[in-house]
Amino acid sequence: MAPEPPLLTMSGITKSFPGVRALDGVDLDVQAGEVHCLLGQNGAGKSTLIKVLAGAHQPDDGTITWRGEPVTLKSPIAAMRLGIATIYQELDLVEGLSVAENVHLGHEPTAAGFVVRGKAAKESTAALLGRLGHPEIDPARLVGDLSAAHQQIVSMARALSHEVRLIVMDEPSAALDPDEVDNLFRIVGDLTADGVAVVYISHRLEEIRRIGDRVTVLKDGRAVAGGLPAESTPTREVVALMTGRNVEYVFPDRPPAPPADGTPVLQVRGLARDGEFEPFDLEVRPGEIVGLAGLVGSGRSEILETIYGARKPTAGQVVVDGRPLRLGSVRAAVGAGLGLAPEERKAQALLMLESVTRNVSVSSMSRFARGGWIDRGAELAAARAATRELSLRPDNPSAPVRTLSGGNQQKAVLARWLLRGCRVLLLDEPTRGVDVGARAELYAVIRRLADDGLAVLLVSSEVPEVLGLADRVLVLREGRVVHTAPARELDEHRVLDLVMEGSPVASDGSPVAGEGSPAS
Amino acid sequence: MTQPVSPPRSGTGKMTPVSEPPAWRALLFRADVRTLSLLGVLAALIVIGGITRPDEFLDTRNLQLVLTQASVVGVVTVGMTFVITSGGIDLSVGAIVALASVWATTVATQEYGFAGILFTAVLVGVGCGLVNGVLIAYGGVVPFIATLAMLASARGLALLITEGRTQIVTVDGILSLGERDAYVLGIPPLVLVFAAVTIVGWLVLNRTTFGRRTVAVGGNAEAARLAGIDVRRQRLYMYLLSGLCCGIAAFLLIVLSGSGQNTNGNLYELDAIAAVIIGGTLLSGGRGTITGSVLGILIFTTITNIFALNNLQSDVQQIAKGAIIVAAVLVQRRTPSTTT
Repeated sequence: MAPEPPLLTMSGITKSFPGVRALDGVDLDVQAGEVHCLLGQNGAGKSTLIKVLAGAHQPDDGTITWRGEPVTLKSPIAAMRLGIATIYQELDLVEGLSVAENVHLGHEPTAAGFVVRGKAAKESTAALLGRLGHPEIDPARLVGDLSAAHQQIVSMARALSHEVRLIVMDEPSAALDPDEVDNLFRIVGDLTADGVAVVYISHRLEEIRRIGDRVTVLKDGRAVAGGLPAESTPTREVVALMTGRNVEYVFPDRPPAPPADGTPVLQVRGLARDGEFEPFDLEVRPGEIVGLAGLVGSGRSEILETIYGARKPTAGQVVVDGRPLRLGSVRAAVGAGLGLAPEERKAQALLMLESVTRNVSVSSMSRFARGGWIDRGAELAAARAATRELSLRPDNPSAPVRTLSGGNQQKAVLARWLLRGCRVLLLDEPTRGVDVGARAELYAVIRRLADDGLAVLLVSSEVPEVLGLADRVLVLREGRVVHTAPARELDEHRVLDLVMEGSPVASDGSPVAGEGSPAS
Repeated sequence: MTQPVSPPRSGTGKMTPVSEPPAWRALLFRADVRTLSLLGVLAALIVIGGITRPDEFLDTRNLQLVLTQASVVGVVTVGMTFVITSGGIDLSVGAIVALASVWATTVATQEYGFAGILFTAVLVGVGCGLVNGVLIAYGGVVPFIATLAMLASARGLALLITEGRTQIVTVDGILSLGERDAYVLGIPPLVLVFAAVTIVGWLVLNRTTFGRRTVAVGGNAEAARLAGIDVRRQRLYMYLLSGLCCGIAAFLLIVLSGSGQNTNGNLYELDAIAAVIIGGTLLSGGRGTITGSVLGILIFTTITNIFALNNLQSDVQQIAKGAIIVAAVLVQRRTPSTTT
């Protein structure tokens, strides 16, 4: 592009965490005044890269050059002093402080060195908010009382309250309505016109086309393409770059004849939750694995948790074995034969201080108890049988569950439902935090459970996982089921197209947002 | 760990690092170390008592007195162990003991004799626990706040009932329980009640579904909920149980003192919570030990006794107790392999 040196050059950035190489020699260069988009699937290394740029992570290797000079970003403050601001996806605002206090947090305008000049802070905050197109936000209001969109604006005002040359935005549009997205793009345009560079992360390709100048694609911790023109690179090429991978998963064979004619054990009818997902139908038969594919924020986990009763739907019905379930009750769901392996295994499923046995038996304790008195021998034997069935390692039911690897912890959760004799297994990101080598085994276990007659509903952000494991796939985009098809008839590119751009083939390509509101 | 470049092996993916058998052994070892160190502290105290006051301390009557004093707050501590294991806290135990003891010793109640006093004490305790439990489990009030409010109101109600006067018990059955004639093989009946409560508490926590649910709710309430446990009901039970223990303790206190006073049970909440924490129960919940709690309360009572025999004032006792709490917690944090 321009002959002048880039504002920022990152080269050969490498960063490892225990068991994972998150970044493996990534290069990135950003020019002043451009919008540089960062693309990649979940786990490709985008978050790690921007954390390195923000000074929150220290790279193991590689160099960072800022305005022609090599720098080390020792801390978030060091990055901020250079003029690098980051707006994280998870907003980092203090809800109990006012808008003005949040904007100036850590660099309050003071008199005599320590007395906060509240009026000055409010005035400069009001000026910033005006510049961002939201003069109606009162600087004196508590941030906790603001809407998500307004909180985002405050976060942006905070970034701009410093002398800024580069702003990193991590999926800034995820929480915004369409007209607010327009305002966001106007702000981005103003910033770049002033010579500020923007590193923009988004899953939505159409946004990148609208405001991006260049695109860098990350995959498996590497930059597979740097500085592609954002407007003219075909979608197919971008998607191909994002998905081409060198680690192939090994998926178990599907049964020769999918059990399409059996009576569905799980039926979902018109289930919906306002603001999370729109009404949809779903049926799962014994022996069948149904996959839900979609990005973060598409409503995948919310759907599973609502079926399971952990969230209360605003409409619809869940029917198990022909009987409608009492909605919003986990106990009713478990009683009817549902089991959930949640996304956050450690926070939502496991008792980390306890042994494997107790983690496995927790949902079936009454089976080993007479009058509340637990027969520990029977409990141990049953837990051992269930964990052996899933070849959980180590083969020691007394081992504390926290000493197990991720894959074996997941098996402990599966063993819990196996022991309970559940009929429908809901799996939310079953291989998250599981080593690549152990995944194939977990896939085999899941398929075997289905072959034994379980109905499985699987959610994953990894498209190949859904396609490889499921018999039938529902594609979700922003809370809507946009496509349903047998897994054999889909490929990864097609699903990613659907997931990111709606349905370019089927519909006329107009933005989905317009037709949006209540569908039933 | 290294990233495997080759395609993954099928079959058994043995990924567990070598640390597996030592880890669970360390856990067992740690539990033992904790109990042993508490026993060691208790033994050291007995030696100190024996050396400083050889005649008084090891006298049978004195030892009976120590155990009797430990029994009242000890019963409360067993209930507190359950509450804290479930991730809660009960600040109102001392106040509930006071209210139960004065309600059970009013002139009107005493007309119903032994059974009337026992029944009233237990009922008042459970009633207060019910209020705590409903507020916390179903009203969404934070345990600290709900039981703090109960602390204030139960004490206030106790003062209202007694008008600040000591209510003397005239029921013979009660008074004779405290006399030496009622001792069984030299053990006061109050101590037997404490022993029974301890054993039942241990069995319930370690051998029943109720105990398992308590530990699960305290260890990870969200996981417990998603595993199909009724977390709210379990929380309600915790405060009912604590209230029940307070009612029993109030009855023991009536027997011990032959009276009911609104100042009864003063600072029991502090002694009980401190004993539970010293004993090794996690304040954040998820791991509880009745044995540790009981040893903790025995240590506390023994210290009080030794200090009193050596004519040291209660202010010095309080300072010593504070130091022991800090020391115990620091020692526990330093025990090996605190990885989680």
